[in-house]
Order: sequence, then structure tokens, then C-alpha cells
Amino acid sequence: MAYIKVNQQNVKSKKEAIEICPFNAIESQNDKIVINSACKMCKICINQMPEIYEFVEGKKIILNKDEWKGIVVYVDHVEGNIHPVTYELIGKAKQLAKKINHPVYCLFIGSDIREKADDLLHYGVDEVFVYDEKELYDFRIEPYTAVFEDFINNVKPTIILVGGTTIGRSLAPRVAARFRTGLTADCTILDVKENTDLDQIRPAFGGNIMAHIHTPKHRPQFSTVRYKIFDAPEKNENKSGKITVCEIKKNKLKSVIKVLEIKKKDKVKSIEEAEIIVVAGNGVRQESDLILIQKLADKLGGMVATTRPLIEAGWTDAKNQIGLSGRTVKPKLIITCGVSGSIQFVAGMNNSENIFAINSDPNAQIFKVANYGIVGDLYEILPELIDSL
Amino acid sequence: MNITVCIKQVPGTSEVEIDEKTGNLIRDGISAKMNPYDLYAIETAMQLKKQNDSKVNVISMGPPQALDIIKEAYMMGADSGYLLTDRKFAGADVLATAYTLSQGIKKMENYDLIICGKMTTDGDTAQVGPEIAEFLGIPHVANVKKILDINSKSITVEMDMSESLEIQEVQLPCLITVEKEIYQPRLPSFKLKLSTANREIKQITFDDLDDSDVENFGLDGSPTQVLDIFPPESNRKNEKWEGTGKELGNKMAKKLKELKFV
Repeated sequence: MAYIKVNQQNVKSKKEAIEICPFNAIESQNDKIVINSACKMCKICINQMPEIYEFVEGKKIILNKDEWKGIVVYVDHVEGNIHPVTYELIGKAKQLAKKINHPVYCLFIGSDIREKADDLLHYGVDEVFVYDEKELYDFRIEPYTAVFEDFINNVKPTIILVGGTTIGRSLAPRVAARFRTGLTADCTILDVKENTDLDQIRPAFGGNIMAHIHTPKHRPQFSTVRYKIFDAPEKNENKSGKITVCEIKKNKLKSVIKVLEIKKKDKVKSIEEAEIIVVAGNGVRQESDLILIQKLADKLGGMVATTRPLIEAGWTDAKNQIGLSGRTVKPKLIITCGVSGSIQFVAGMNNSENIFAINSDPNAQIFKVANYGIVGDLYEILPELIDSL
Repeated sequence: MNITVCIKQVPGTSEVEIDEKTGNLIRDGISAKMNPYDLYAIETAMQLKKQNDSKVNVISMGPPQALDIIKEAYMMGADSGYLLTDRKFAGADVLATAYTLSQGIKKMENYDLIICGKMTTDGDTAQVGPEIAEFLGIPHVANVKKILDINSKSITVEMDMSESLEIQEVQLPCLITVEKEIYQPRLPSFKLKLSTANREIKQITFDDLDDSDVENFGLDGSPTQVLDIFPPESNRKNEKWEGTGKELGNKMAKKLKELKFV
């Protein structure tokens, strides 16, 4: 099996050898340095102390990568209404496909969706595979997984992109596990190598770290991507590509889940749709001061969003939180007020077109992503700004 | 009814950072805590226990120090706890983690319901729950906001679909992942701390599992590999403005007008 070998004889300082690991996965046992089960295989130890830590390859898995062809976008929808993340993924799939000369496919699972599938042909995909059965009207995990499995077995795509929606985040891991293949969640950068290995980059380990992840020995390769990370292609007037309606045996569509009701949530505009956002961060001293932030948002015709600490303090609703554990936004303008700029927050907004950041700490992380970093007290700046608009 | 709750120990802070100059990782303390989302999973199990006279069993995978969070689960009212711990599990990605947990769950009491937190704060993937369900061959519902009903045969839940709420009735056994809105987690009880101080925590190692193929665990069982880690990019063109509040406020207003936002 693959493992990290510890060359004990080269250990000069035990303390240093142990502390190289940020995850406490290296410890001393019976006077020997050992790797424990907290290891995340980040390979920091191998890179930093190659004389001590050595990577030993496991058995070779033989995989013919040429047998797997095509890049698939899962068409995310509720009751046939296609989620816009789908088009963004088509845009990315087209870029990737061009590099390796593969086709772009869509997988559309639902009921009474044949006509809606036509719309996808305006975005330059090569083929839309449609599974249109009444059992697939609602999203239920077993039949949807069964259909996905059927599709993969028939088409053998190399890469599958799924939107990081409620459905996508439930369905993609289930299908990936069925094929015992890898899935990388919430990728923020995707690229592809000539040998069709997908380079997946995402914030990792809950810290200020990006990880470059790949799936070298398994196919298909799965990624989920949040809404508003990539750009959707322009809609073409003309259609291209074709629609293939697929059949599946009814016994595969069995489910022990009954959907009793779908309730529409009160239609409040979500921050993801806003073109202008003003963000209140930890620098806002008290709940009542949020009115200042709201005033600025009103002047600009935008919405107010917040960071995790303010949600935890109960000042605003969680649906207004920007960040990895909240929403990803990509507005034309974002003004952050008293936001320090943790990576979790930044990951949720750094694709915004214009970033203004107000913070009194000149070393705040947020200034690294801000186009306009305003070093100062938001309580002095905002009233002036609101007055001058 | 038997309820199994999956929990994980995560770093106490999210302050693992890379020194941009040296490329070294900056260690920030060694504190560890229970994944905050798992507190909601345990609380959900405790609420169901109150209604159904259930038994609540927790399982975690990790190094021996993860025993701490199982003790914490005892202080919240869990009845039994298991720790999957073995060096052979090291380096597991999502798939290998979910597979190992599913193997461990088979060594526990039978379950009617498995509850997971929505995600962990260190992995942030929200994938392990659905993958466990797949390996156990049971249905799952993710993002559960509310439990409307439970009986010996089925559970009825409200799933958060972002734009809508979907009410699903699922036959047991099944797995659910729960959102923060579901119940407010209780604090660990001092009384329970005393009364459970000597309660056993069963440790499960590789040798205890049904699957004896070591290639399915840890690093070997992990299809995804980390090639490289690096600090996040910050190569945007950016300018920094300094001045008095009045100056800065006016300058911002001017810029916003110039960019046609006003």
C-alpha cells in the first residue's frame, strides 16, 4: 500500500520532525516518529523534510484513460427550471473540452423536460442526453443516482461537472461513491491536462490554503462548482448539437422516498442575484449600526450582506452570509465595511467585478483582494459617503 | 429505535496559514474541537430520543485524541461511542473516509437512522454523509431543516432546496444530514460528565472490519490526491487609499460616480 515512510535514522530533531505537520498527524511512539490517522496526505512533510519523509507508491492501478471521453454538465433544475449554474458549467466545460478535443455533453434528468432540453442547444454543447420519465419528476436520490449510473456506464465520460446546489451536493457524492471515484467539492479553478487529468483547485483544510487536487487513477472525475464562480457563455441565436432521449428500465427507478409537498419559499431576492452589495463585517460595533450599512445600500440600490460572525451573533439571517459556509456572490460592485477578509469570506466574493474595502487595519487580508482599499474608520467614512451620493 | 450519529474532531481554529515568503505552514496551537455542525446532529438525535425512547450511538474516525469528542457526546446524552482509529486509515480523502465510516457503522448496534452534520469546518465538502449512505445502500436526504414526523417505519423531513422547501417521507433505515436551523444544541452537562466519566468508548481498528483489503482504506482507498498546496492568489491590481474620513468618503463617492454606479 502507498504510505509515508519515515527514515528514522535521519531524524535529528524529533520536535522539528513532529512540528512540520500542521495537523498533528506526526507523533513519537516508543521513541519512533510515526504518522497517525490524522494524516491528510498534504505531503507538507515530504516536501519540507525529504530526507526524513518519503512517499512510497502503492499498487499500480491500470487505467486506460482513452476509454473515457467527453465532459459532462449535469443540468441542475427544479421542476424543469434550469439553474443558471448549469450554463456557467457549460462555459467551463467548453474551455476544457477544447484543450483535449473532447465533446461537451449535458445530462438532463427529469419529467416532461424534452422541450426544455432544446434551450441547452443554444449554448454550444454537442449532445444533450435526456432521461424523461414521470418517476423522475421530483428529485429523489435513488432513481436519480440510478439514471446517472446508467448514463456513465453507457457514455463513459472522463469529467463530470455538477453545480454546488442542494441537489448537486447530494447527488454528486452519491454517484461518485457508486463508481468509487474521486469528487472534489466547490472547485474555484479547473483546468485539464493533455492526458485528461482534471486539475482541481479549491480552498482547503479550513484555512488560508488552496489545494491543487487531481484524480490520476480513476474515471470519471467529478467536481462540484458553486454558482457564480465561472462565466456563462453567450446564448447563440442558432442551435447546434443534438438531443438523445435515453431509456431506462422502470425497475431502476424505484424509490422508498415520497415527495409530499414542495413549498415555495417567500420570494425574497437573494444576495446572489444582487448587482450591488454592501457588506457589514466584524468592524460594525453593534446591531443598531447596521442601519448605516443599509442606508448606503439603499443609496446605491443594492443589498446588505454580512459575514459569519454577524450571523453567529444573530444580527442577520444566514441567507445573507457571504462565504464558503454561506453564499457565493459575483456582483458588479461590492463594498465591504469592517470586514477582515478571511479566506472563507473571500472565496465567496472575490469574483466580484469591483471590490471596495473599508477597514481601519492597514494590514487586513481584505486589502489583498480589494481593487480599492480604503484604510480608515467606517464610522467616519460612511456618513460622508452617504451624504455625497 | 437506534440512532447513529457521525461526528468528527476538527482544528479549534481555522488559522492554518501559509507563510507567503517561506512557503512554510504556520502552526497555530494544537487545539481541537468537535465539528460545530455535528452538535446539531447530536441534538437532533437527542430530540428524537426524547420522543421515541431511542438509543443514541456516536461514531468518529480519527487519531486517539478524538476520544475527547466522544466524551463530549456522552456529556450531551449519547449512550455509546465508537472510535475508528488505525494508521491504515491515514490520508483518507472523502471516499475513503466515507467507506471506512460505513465499515465501522456495520460493527456497531443496528441503526434505524443515521444523522450527520451538514459539513465539517475543516473539509467543508458536505459529501461524506451521502457517500456513507451509498456504501450502506440506504437512501439519504441532505440539508434537512426540520423533522416533521418519525415512526418505526419512516421519517418525514423538510429539506432546504434554497429556493423552495421539499417535504420528503423516507423509509427507514436512512441517513439525513441536518442544517443548523434544526434544533439549538444543548451544552454538555456537568452531571453527565461525572456519570459517564468511566463509560467505555469502543475502539475499532482495521482488523475489526469486514473488509480486509487494506487497499480500500487510507491513502490507497483515496482516488483524489493533493498535488500541491499554496497560498491564495492576491495578484489583483489594487490601490490603497489613506486620509481622513471626510477625504476618503468623498473620494469613494467620486469613484463610484466615475464607475457609473450612481
